Amino acid sequence: MEKIITIENLTFEYTRVEDGAAIRALDNVNLEIDKGSFTAIIGKNGSGKSTLAKNLNGLLIPTSGTVFVDGYDTADDDSIWEIRQRAGMVFQNPDNQLVSSIVEDDVAFGPENLGIEPEEIRRRVDKALEEVNMGQYKQKAPHLLSGGQKQRIAIAGVVAMRPEIIIFDEPTAMLDPKGRKEIMKIIRELHEEGITVILITHFMEEVIEADRVIIMHEGKVLLDGTPYEVFSQADVIKKANLELPIMVELGQRLREKGINVPEGIIKEEEMVKALCQLKSQN
Amino acid sequence: MIRDITLGQYYASDSLIHRLDPRVKIIATLLFIIELFIVDNFIGFAICAAVLAIVIAVSKVPLSFIMRGLKPVLFILFFTFALNIFMVKGEVLWSWKFLHITREGIQIAVFMAIRLVLLIIGSSMLTLATKPLSLTDGIERLLSPLAKFKFPSHEIAMMMTIALRFIPTLLEETDKIMKAQQARGADFESGGLLKRAKALIPVLVPLFVSAFRIAQDLAMAMEARCYRGGENRTRMHEMKLRKRDFIAFILMAAFLAIIIIEARMF
Repeated sequence: MEKIITIENLTFEYTRVEDGAAIRALDNVNLEIDKGSFTAIIGKNGSGKSTLAKNLNGLLIPTSGTVFVDGYDTADDDSIWEIRQRAGMVFQNPDNQLVSSIVEDDVAFGPENLGIEPEEIRRRVDKALEEVNMGQYKQKAPHLLSGGQKQRIAIAGVVAMRPEIIIFDEPTAMLDPKGRKEIMKIIRELHEEGITVILITHFMEEVIEADRVIIMHEGKVLLDGTPYEVFSQADVIKKANLELPIMVELGQRLREKGINVPEGIIKEEEMVKALCQLKSQN
Repeated sequence: MIRDITLGQYYASDSLIHRLDPRVKIIATLLFIIELFIVDNFIGFAICAAVLAIVIAVSKVPLSFIMRGLKPVLFILFFTFALNIFMVKGEVLWSWKFLHITREGIQIAVFMAIRLVLLIIGSSMLTLATKPLSLTDGIERLLSPLAKFKFPSHEIAMMMTIALRFIPTLLEETDKIMKAQQARGADFESGGLLKRAKALIPVLVPLFVSAFRIAQDLAMAMEARCYRGGENRTRMHEMKLRKRDFIAFILMAAFLAIIIIEARMF
């Protein structure tokens, strides 16, 4: 599998404003991300997950260690724009990342910065808006749209830059359940189209969609593997003060009560299937 | 409620005036203002008013909408009228104690009033019939030759675009903060001017804090989308002068010629 991101001994420190103390947000992180994969990074506040995300496209530069994106070193000033074009980023607050008061102009902002020809920008903007189902809102003002719709515009703005990787930094944290579902659907679709997806989140329900889960704790990688591998280590997850996905929790409790559902159930459908099987056996 | 505020005073329509290139409209407005100061007799003002009336008719902007824009400047209008009518020296027509009205005073006062009214209506037509964003685009492109002299035309246009974008966001934020303070017993509606101004401090401080937070977020988002100033930047909407824009230019030139000839003749 081709590696699109390689992180070697990444340490990131920042200075706390109050007392000038150096705070270590990331502590010797080593990771490799496969091209075309869907990786979820989860952790509680202060675990370093957002800092990690910002290190992936040169918004933050490592204090020590290196980050390679598609072969480019993020610490190299000359390649910073190559990196940011390849690794797009969607932020948490949909309001604070839209630049223009007209939807299509906002989507065009990235391609315009890349110096692409006007007709090509037009094509990309139309296509990107179709992909996030916002085609009919082209001429609307973002402040009149819902949070989920604004976040879709932000995604379209990144998609129009034709990135290899999209990093979603808690994209659903400020949305209602409906908006959250819409965004997750679009993230899945983008992944199916071949884009490498990195989803930073603190919702366990979103993590189970990924094919790889990384749990961050105090600036370090605590667990790393498929959702099945990670969630089978329930005690480690609980020690990091994170909740288990509902179905994992349910499976555990059922087993404690003597109902023998198999381990490794993560999704709701799997649980329903397992319970039906148990019932038909009895 | 606070979200209903219309931005600028743009009147949406699909008229010929709306479709003109914003650069043409900016230049036309500047020319119109200059012409108003060349004119110095009633015939000239009548020509200007007629041209403006035609523009308004073509633009399909309702007259009531335009008149609304005059209201806030009525005071200035009366003030300059009064100053002119009483202050200008000349042939005295009427006097009472220290107040004198002269023939020249009346003439200058009336001309100045007409000039101001036409000026305000004329320049408000620019914002009424041009989307705020096309206006900033037009300004950027008109000023772009100055970039050679290090004039930050792109930056100024970008600042205006962002300001337009964030007015509703900041209004919403203000609304939120005011409600939060009201829920905790803040009173914005009673008391004298000083007391009310003081009551706004607990709104302004958090508003500033959040404005800085928004600015920081936005700067990061813009950098992530490869923003690096105006260099090598292309635009999706290319500004191309069409046939109608050239016709507008010819009409503007004809109008200017008429005004100059008229001012010389009388």
